[in-house]
Amino acid sequence: MKKWNIFAIAVCAVVALAVTTFGGVHAADKLKIGFVYVGPIGDLGYTYQHEVGRRALQKALDDKVETTFLENVPEGADAERAIEQLVRAGNKLVFTTSFGFMDATLKVANKYPNVFFEHATGFKRAKNMATYAARFYEGRYIQGQIAAKMTKKNVIGYIVSFPIPEVISGINATMLGAQSVNPNVKFKIIWVNSWFDPGKEADAAKTLIDQGADILTQHTDSPAAMQIAEQRGIHAFGQSSDMIKFGPHAQLTADTDYWGDYYIERAKLVLDGKWTSTDTWDGLDKGMVVMAPYTNMPDDVKAMAMKTEAAIKSGALHPFKCPITAQDGKAVECKGGNRLDNGQILSMNWYVKGIDDKVPGQ
Amino acid sequence: MLETLSNILHLIFSENFILTVVTASTPLLLASSGELVVERSGVLNLGVEGMMIVGAACGFAGAYLSGSIAIGALCGIAAGVALSMIFGVLTLGLAVNQVATGLALTIFGIGLSGLIGAKFVGEKIVPAAHLDLPVLTEIPGVGRLLFGEDAFVYISVALIIGIWVFLYRTRAGLVLRAVGDNHTSAHALGYPVLRIRMLAIMFGGGCAGLGGAYLPLAYTPFFIPGMTSGRGWIALALVVFASWRPARLVVGAYLFGAVSILGLALQPLHLGIPQQVMNMLPYLATVVVLVLISRTRGTAGSAAPASLGLVFVPDR
Amino acid sequence: MPLILERRAERSAAVAVASPLIAIALTLVTVAILFTIIGKNPLEALYVYFVEPLTDSFTLQEIAVKATPLVMIAVGLSLCYIANIWNIGAEGQFLVGAVCGSWLAVRTNGTDVGHWVLVVMLILGAIGGALYGLLPALCRVYFGASEILTSLMLVYVADLGLDYMVRGPWRDPHGLNFPTTAEFDPAASIGTLLEGTGRLHAGSIITLVVVMLIAVLLGRTIMGFEIRLIGAAPKAARFSGFNADQLVLFTFAVSGALAGLAGIIEVAGPIGHLDPGVASGYGFTAIIVAFLGRLNPVGILFAGLFLALTFIGGEGAQISLKVPLDLTKVFQGILLFYVLACDSLIVYRIRFLRTARKAAPAHA
Repeated sequence: MKKWNIFAIAVCAVVALAVTTFGGVHAADKLKIGFVYVGPIGDLGYTYQHEVGRRALQKALDDKVETTFLENVPEGADAERAIEQLVRAGNKLVFTTSFGFMDATLKVANKYPNVFFEHATGFKRAKNMATYAARFYEGRYIQGQIAAKMTKKNVIGYIVSFPIPEVISGINATMLGAQSVNPNVKFKIIWVNSWFDPGKEADAAKTLIDQGADILTQHTDSPAAMQIAEQRGIHAFGQSSDMIKFGPHAQLTADTDYWGDYYIERAKLVLDGKWTSTDTWDGLDKGMVVMAPYTNMPDDVKAMAMKTEAAIKSGALHPFKCPITAQDGKAVECKGGNRLDNGQILSMNWYVKGIDDKVPGQ
Repeated sequence: MLETLSNILHLIFSENFILTVVTASTPLLLASSGELVVERSGVLNLGVEGMMIVGAACGFAGAYLSGSIAIGALCGIAAGVALSMIFGVLTLGLAVNQVATGLALTIFGIGLSGLIGAKFVGEKIVPAAHLDLPVLTEIPGVGRLLFGEDAFVYISVALIIGIWVFLYRTRAGLVLRAVGDNHTSAHALGYPVLRIRMLAIMFGGGCAGLGGAYLPLAYTPFFIPGMTSGRGWIALALVVFASWRPARLVVGAYLFGAVSILGLALQPLHLGIPQQVMNMLPYLATVVVLVLISRTRGTAGSAAPASLGLVFVPDR
Repeated sequence: MPLILERRAERSAAVAVASPLIAIALTLVTVAILFTIIGKNPLEALYVYFVEPLTDSFTLQEIAVKATPLVMIAVGLSLCYIANIWNIGAEGQFLVGAVCGSWLAVRTNGTDVGHWVLVVMLILGAIGGALYGLLPALCRVYFGASEILTSLMLVYVADLGLDYMVRGPWRDPHGLNFPTTAEFDPAASIGTLLEGTGRLHAGSIITLVVVMLIAVLLGRTIMGFEIRLIGAAPKAARFSGFNADQLVLFTFAVSGALAGLAGIIEVAGPIGHLDPGVASGYGFTAIIVAFLGRLNPVGILFAGLFLALTFIGGEGAQISLKVPLDLTKVFQGILLFYVLACDSLIVYRIRFLRTARKAAPAHA
């Protein structure tokens, strides 16, 4: 029993020491900002880009803010606790970066009316909870045009993760862009049911190429497909981050997300006391979507792409301009005047004419 | 309908499809081969996923820093062996429960691989070279399959053949199987049960490490945390599926790989089946085939090594 | 080898009590080394991981919330593992239970139904999990197929099935086509017990009841005796006429039911709706909890709480110490190694082998 006593005392002593050393006073001056990520920051894709944004924020306002993040937070019951832990640790502005955090963010927002919350890619808001997302489909439209010009077999391979509206609108935008140049383009679509499983994405890429695709595009996070394209000597588009490193001869461009400017802007609003709950959905015009440099294409294709990009930025061209024919042949109701309105795009679950697959889950 | 069937058959028997299947099955075959030896010696190591992913991280780090795939592969193997030794010391040296230790090893391995690999995310290397023989590789249909693969694929085949020879044609293999079937008797006969098991565990660790290293060294030449995506668990399942026999293991690994690729390749053919069902196919296929195989064998009891998972403490 | 392991004549009571403390002390030493290498204060790390979550009502409740499904699933699994029946598919049974119970919630969503809805949901969840658990059991009993493989494969099937349901038929009509059901009505939800201070809910109480029931089952019923006997001495059990097949079906059904119940409780409680994110790996973590708790219901209760503590401490560490999540996983793995090792010392002891050869008797 002696041994037990000694150990018990030792542990208690250690704990007592810990309690006294941990008297640390945290500097109350800096604004504490928290980030909740659904994946690892090393995913080279979606979460990585948010992390890039966070680092930009920290760098730009280093003397005024202190940022923290939690990564790999599952979207279930743990999410609510993760968000609340950040709040309890003193963070006054919390960014939750995945759709699956929506309800958890709302619950915590209702509990802490003096803390500001920003939820990415969602649609529920509150007085202290804003939403933000990027108009990825704008970049996809441009990619569709480029693809249609560059393809010789008229078959584009599309590797996708899950059938959520954002992915569906991306597919549609790519097709509409492609059709604006070449109405005969066809897609072959494979769902891999994961945001990143590099092995599976590589398998899907190989399969698509074997089935006749000569351009690849993806809505998954890893550079696997890009580097298969490089190996096989065809072209591909990167996603979320610039993948030129993995496809120096393959990458045409990539629609990258850039959240840094938005994060800096929102942090400044909090610092100035002017934050309000908004719904931000920016794209190429505000630099939330940035196209990687156009490479590996002839000059006329590049010129076309840049012209389209400029037109989208200025508002002259909208990827979802009406009339649009759906897969069933009927014209889609245009609620935004001469284009689809935000609600229609955000909830898109139908394909445009020209795509032969059925939307999964319908 | 007939056209669709013809399309599917054309697809399955195409050289490209088979090549893709072979490469997809290789990491499974490598890892499960090692685990088969481990389990034949009577030890259940559930930490395969942890060892694979550490192998991936160390393998990529080694290849990136040295510029050589071979060194990378060796690093991956060494990492797997090192991790497996932790398992060995605990389960053999301290008679700790094998299931719990294996699961703890998986958690530890996933975390460790993330820490090691963090610095290498976003880097790329030149992937393992493929064999390219002047005339042989050009043979239509089988040329690339037989003579155009990278070293890992050839090693995986050689490995399982070697394991078969070892288990069934060498004395050492016989002793290992005896240890797995009845460790008490083996001990009574004077065989060093613990040492044999430790060697088996280390071998299994090396194979898992190599299987994991294959992913960033040849399959997709970059490192992302978590890139093994659960292949270690499939490898474990395959050993059971194979009823602990090497020949069946090969069948299982390639079957699983084939159905997985099929689940992807059939999607653009517009068969009207929901993609979740397509992605379920490899798992369902494995269960169905196992049930069919087990039925023909009869319910004469499990084919598992009788001492699998049981604690052994030599008496003095 | 100069060191050998030797079975003790009796389990050491002293070590049984001290073992968790020794394990923590050993972990502290390792952590001190690890953290000093990366430049953080090890004492602060100890505090953040183990003590800080205990200092506050919110985090204490979170420990209970996190432990609830782990303990519930683990006690069910312990029945299987004691009998050497390897149910690795608890995660799948958890998901199927969540889906079955959610069916009623989705069906009655928006209508004005009474609180009986919740009770029926829980029952449906348990039944769903039990039926799904019977699949690998039936494969083993009738076809001799290994339950390790079948139960594990069915996890992936359940995961994809859940994905299909929330993307298709059960999608929230006002959810802008995102893959989630509508929020459950209050009648279909488990509310919190201590409103405002934390998320503690009735599921924890149900879990405590289940722990007691399983303890009674194991200790005081014939079935429990059979389970323990089949695990300890399978041949003796067969001679006594116990039906091994029935036992396989029973243990899988019960553990499936408990996993399914845990699933619907999680969904109706802390989560509040069904979406693919519900699959968080509890079914696998519960396996560790079962063994950490030495396959004993009360032990499992403490093991579950302890593991939950390390998870929550790990989150705190990411926030206040800014350590990566991977370091927490390494730390958890090391802690588990030490705990398991120390536990082994209750049953075995290490001894130095005397160099007996030297003392050979000196006759010719």
